[in-house]
Amino acid sequence: MHRSAMSYCLGIESTADDFSVGILSPEGRILANVISAYIPEGGGIHPREAARHHAEVAGRVLAEAFREAKIEREDVNVVAFSQGPGLGPCLRTGATAARALASYLGVPLVGVNHCVAHIEIGKLVTGAIDPVALYVSGGNTIVSAFEAKKYRVFGETLDIAVGNCLDVFAREAGLRQGEGMPFGAMVEKLASDGETLISLPYTVKGMDLSFSGLLTAAVQSLHEGKHRVEDVCFSLQETAFSMLTEVTERALAHTEKPEVLLTGGVAANKRLQSMLSEIAKEHEAKFCVVPKEYALDNGAMIAWTGILAYRHNMTVPVEKSFVRLRWRLDEVYVPWVEG
Amino acid sequence: MLIKKGAEASLYLEEWHNHKVIMKRRLPKKYRLPEIDMEIRSQRTVQEPENIHRAKEAGVPTPTVFMVDVVEANIIMEFIDGKQVKQVLDSLSSEEKRSLCRYIGELIGRLHSHGILHGDLTTSNMILTPEGRVVFVDFGLSGLSTELEARGVDLHLMKRAFQSTHYKHAEESFAAVMKGYVEVIGEELTENILEKIREIEGRGRYISREER
Repeated sequence: MHRSAMSYCLGIESTADDFSVGILSPEGRILANVISAYIPEGGGIHPREAARHHAEVAGRVLAEAFREAKIEREDVNVVAFSQGPGLGPCLRTGATAARALASYLGVPLVGVNHCVAHIEIGKLVTGAIDPVALYVSGGNTIVSAFEAKKYRVFGETLDIAVGNCLDVFAREAGLRQGEGMPFGAMVEKLASDGETLISLPYTVKGMDLSFSGLLTAAVQSLHEGKHRVEDVCFSLQETAFSMLTEVTERALAHTEKPEVLLTGGVAANKRLQSMLSEIAKEHEAKFCVVPKEYALDNGAMIAWTGILAYRHNMTVPVEKSFVRLRWRLDEVYVPWVEG
Repeated sequence: MLIKKGAEASLYLEEWHNHKVIMKRRLPKKYRLPEIDMEIRSQRTVQEPENIHRAKEAGVPTPTVFMVDVVEANIIMEFIDGKQVKQVLDSLSSEEKRSLCRYIGELIGRLHSHGILHGDLTTSNMILTPEGRVVFVDFGLSGLSTELEARGVDLHLMKRAFQSTHYKHAEESFAAVMKGYVEVIGEELTENILEKIREIEGRGRYISREER
């Protein structure tokens, strides 16, 4: 089918609690990025409930993205979707929408790795070229840098993600999140009123991290009732972020990359930002923090990575576009990056 | 003279009572709270020389420690002349590579059999001397434990170091390491530790299904 040169990539993101659609032009202009977040009634994300939310809002979010981009459906010549890693039911819902749209429009489908997408959109919006990336969210905690056609993992959590650690703690503390006020932001706010440091386990194993012991100890000191919740939040943040910063600095010292890129949902935390900008300065690297809209799970990052992959003919036939729940960042061949 | 500005510590090559020495300085990190900073620096400055000595007793070559200053978090130790295994490994023939990795595995086995964990087993922390000895350095993150979990994590780090730095021959290199390791630790325990490593990898975020 003949298509004009000026056409767009639509990306669908649905790995966890957000369903999002982004539309980008081939040169990386973001025309639309519509996000619909699923907020659980209580407790953590229930995969099937989140997937049901995604299915319910998919049509509306897609229509809104087209409106925002001011383009017609026929202007889209590539459909990209987050193929993994993530929660099965959520991934499948996004994939189903992407397959249907690609088939309907008769355009190629591109399966995108969610973690690669976080780094690529971060580079696009901040101008970073070859960073050490710290990707911190509710599901991931990864220190990565590009080497020989792949984003290598220099350090990662051995158990739970740092965002998960903060979320579970917040729930244990009886906090309730709302629209525009996620758990991380609430913990950050309480921490800013903390004064006394409580000694909590600091666990760095080489380049890898562990947060489960820290979470248990923080919850315990909260339930003991001897400490103010503000002080526990403060101590939890200081300990967790010191660990993250130490590991990122090790990767930076090891790779001597020119930039530090901070992304993912936890990237919005000002204290973490200040710690990382400190080490970037010390190693004469540029510190780049991805703005919230593109640091949280979003469709724009999937669309942009879709464009990069499409240029290298990395499309996937619909019948082979199964989702990959545990698709690691360092398994992905990345031919579009120099080096 | 500053020879390496690491994240955890800086290394200076100095002359000290007619010895060529390494001065390892753990400078304060401004990004973390002074309480956390002081705790981490002094704790690592104490445990590093302790475990360097223990490693020697276990028959693992390590630098000789000359002086420890806990308040300033400085350690003065022997300078080891040689090259980092990281620098030489990829240029070796596969025969030489296997034998070097096997020897490294034997040394790790000796550490573990004495209850010592290195804590940062990477090829940058192993110096190959001109006489062919391998000297383990940087015990800053070392610890003591005989638990399967701890040993598994220690070896998992070694595996990860091969995968990130020597990715072309990561698998054979790690397999050779385990060959040397099993000779010291024994088959049964090694099998349990390998099982633990698989468990750790499965726990790690998003291992592909084929690898599980």
